[in-house]
Amino acid sequence: MTAATNFTNDLLSRRSFLRVSATAAGGLIVSLYLDLPLAAQEGGQAKPKAYPPDAFVHIKPDGKIVIQVNRLEFGQGVHTSLPMILADEMDADWAQVLAELAPAADVYKDPVFGIQMVGGSGSIAHSFQQYRELGAKTRAMLVAAAAEQWKVTTNQCRTEASVVHGPGGRSAKYADLADEAAHMPVPETVPLKNAADFRLVGKKIRRLDSRPKCNGSLKFGLDLDLPGMKVVLVAHPPTFGASPRSVDDKAARSIPGVADIFEIPTVSKGTAVAVVADKFWTAKQARDRLRIDWDLSRVERADNSQLREKYKELAGTPGNVAVARGDEKALAGIAASNRIVAEYEFPYLAHSPMEPLNTTVRYDGDRAEVWAGSQFQTVDQMAIAEILGLKPDQITFHTEMAGGGFGRRATPDSHVQREAAAIAKRFTGTPVKLVWTREDDVQGGYYRPMHVHRVEIGMGADGMPSAWRHVIVGQSIVAGTPFASFIIKNGVDATAVEGTADTHYDIPNFHVSAHHPTVNVPVLWWRSVGHTHNAFVMETLIDELATRAKMDPIAYRRKLLKPDAKKLHGTLDLMEEQSAAWRTKLPAGHAVGFSCHESFGTGVACAVDVSIENKRPKIHRVTVAVALGLAVNPLTIESQFQAGVAFGVSQLMAKGAITLKDGYVEQSNFDAYTPPYIIDAPAAVDVHIVPSTEKPSGCGEPPVPVISPAVVNALSRLTGKRYRTLPLVTV
Amino acid sequence: METYKLTVNGQPKEVAVDPGTPLLWVLREELKMTGTKYGCGIAACGACTVHVAGIATRSCVVPVSLVGDRPVVTIEGIGQDPVGRAVQDAWVSEDVVQCGYCQSGQIMGAVALLKSTPKPTDTNIEESMGGNICRCGTYVRIRQAIKSASQQLKSGGAS
Repeated sequence: MTAATNFTNDLLSRRSFLRVSATAAGGLIVSLYLDLPLAAQEGGQAKPKAYPPDAFVHIKPDGKIVIQVNRLEFGQGVHTSLPMILADEMDADWAQVLAELAPAADVYKDPVFGIQMVGGSGSIAHSFQQYRELGAKTRAMLVAAAAEQWKVTTNQCRTEASVVHGPGGRSAKYADLADEAAHMPVPETVPLKNAADFRLVGKKIRRLDSRPKCNGSLKFGLDLDLPGMKVVLVAHPPTFGASPRSVDDKAARSIPGVADIFEIPTVSKGTAVAVVADKFWTAKQARDRLRIDWDLSRVERADNSQLREKYKELAGTPGNVAVARGDEKALAGIAASNRIVAEYEFPYLAHSPMEPLNTTVRYDGDRAEVWAGSQFQTVDQMAIAEILGLKPDQITFHTEMAGGGFGRRATPDSHVQREAAAIAKRFTGTPVKLVWTREDDVQGGYYRPMHVHRVEIGMGADGMPSAWRHVIVGQSIVAGTPFASFIIKNGVDATAVEGTADTHYDIPNFHVSAHHPTVNVPVLWWRSVGHTHNAFVMETLIDELATRAKMDPIAYRRKLLKPDAKKLHGTLDLMEEQSAAWRTKLPAGHAVGFSCHESFGTGVACAVDVSIENKRPKIHRVTVAVALGLAVNPLTIESQFQAGVAFGVSQLMAKGAITLKDGYVEQSNFDAYTPPYIIDAPAAVDVHIVPSTEKPSGCGEPPVPVISPAVVNALSRLTGKRYRTLPLVTV
Repeated sequence: METYKLTVNGQPKEVAVDPGTPLLWVLREELKMTGTKYGCGIAACGACTVHVAGIATRSCVVPVSLVGDRPVVTIEGIGQDPVGRAVQDAWVSEDVVQCGYCQSGQIMGAVALLKSTPKPTDTNIEESMGGNICRCGTYVRIRQAIKSASQQLKSGGAS
């Protein structure tokens, strides 16, 4: 972390309108503080929070403008798009803008969620207004400083590219005004730009972090190397919550460089064995030589075949009601020949971000310093404080660039950080880097939960569904976490039914319920969460209904969608138009598949061109249409959708499942749990954005749900079969 | 512990490590060159790809004792090479990276491909890059960037 970030962190608890201070680097940083009423605050309960621009913007004497990003960057592009928003309102010279990931602090909490986090595709949706206002207020103070200096009114000044221009050809650089600007009163409200005046927002702006990610210079959390640092690997119990009966560490201790080996508690109430060494490779060698006799007698040994039977049985009975609309008995009145009964199965899925999980902690007695690529900085900070017996503000928490995450770095129980803190506590003054190897991650739980869906549909004479009964079975992701109180209602975890219970299809008699069995497997949100399975079920069934009704699948969707589902109607129209050229002249052996789905406020429709090669779906082309309000950075959106649909193909991979047998996870690495390679991903993806000036919604998760149903809808056209069990082992 | 003399990015290096230590961990922990990434440790993801005597190699499964006198080139050094520089530039101009963690390996793979096949077809790309996982899924832009680098090199962008 740079001096500027440390500086910011130290000042966070203070309030003043000006800080001019020498940094460790020797330069001056002019910091503006001001209070900002939070327009983005929704719900009206919490008091408006103050957002001091000091914590977000530093204008350096050399003209560089450093903008703090209040989120983790792990691929999604906020490290570029949030600074764009602020810089645009500020009229900053984009070529001089640098971005930094902010440390954990109150001021960087998500304005809506109230914790510092990335999730729910909320970065732009929740911080758009916040970053605009920060930029506009900073600009207003710079203009005020110039006007005062020139004895003119602020109306006579205009700004462009980090320069204030005044009457008579006068001009002053932001860097030269920053000192004076900091003395200016902070405007309570500032006008924001009209969309037509945006210089950055709405433009295709390349990422700020590309070059260092292409020449090896960017340091991820795993690359951290501090003086005297130790590296730790942990031997976790093979079954969640188990403990060793005995540990023979003689051979492990004999390896030069091993500092210590000891037992630590795990979050799942078991015991693990930590191996502390001078280097990763030493720790790995030592861990491989541990002889541990695990006691599995007191833990539930989850097993896929048993879970499957149990889930299928549960699916036959109604669960807790998520939505009940119309006549519950409508189905009984529909002839069997006009009904579909469908049962779907979905496996556990691991996130497998490319950078293995890691966290570095240095415990100094009355303080601690942490380095982690975390999606939940303030949650993890609090957990570490608890383990170390400190207060959160005694923990300096640096946000490290992370190599992917997809939800895996947003753990309500902070299990990696708790482990790291427990280990660091025994090595006062020594930085300790805990690394989870790939095997640890694949076998370590926190999966997208396994699910079974059972759906009964009755069709009307017009071929449209008139009655729909849907039972969803799967573990609750939030049960037992602080999120439960507002996500679980009436015994239903909203993340399990999202995409079905709130469908935009107009089905008059509609009943959705859910069972949440308790299973000894930790589960977690996996990019797009419940939409991963709900969109698959809904979009494959809608396609099946369209086929039975002998209707065009796009027209069928359009007819069934509520008229007010504007985003989905807009994307269907755009997708139909943009895919027409290739859809109408598909080569022999190819078929088109469609889907549309709204998630996290973003509407998506897609068309895919699929053939079967080597008994696998070959995805030649995808046309995606997206409705997400104002497109802040169309290049980011294009990239997120191109790559996000490839990520979504994970669900279809032949080896795309985590399975358990007698309490053991059967996969341990990419050879057995295999994400899409280049050959599996779509060969071409064209992305089209529905033009809009409305409030932006997110683009991190919405690409994921649409792809797998669209691909299997195409496969169904080729083979005549329906695909209701994932992963797709055979076509 | 044994002493090994290596040539990394044209520089002579000497390390004293256990003979079984993979080249990956020698680069990362002994030479402090962390651009080469650990992703799986079993040669299944390609994040650790370096060039050994010009051949794209998974450094996580190559013991340092087997490297011998063959020169090693990593992501930190590949920009010295005209093809390497063109690929890095194409990666930036095509805005390929997302999280970026796999991209050192992707770039090393792409450079090796373009050195042997200056005008790669989609099939060449799929075969050559077939073992590199990008979990973000940036494959479409990886294809574009390889083609754009190829174009750039053909038009004499590099000497």
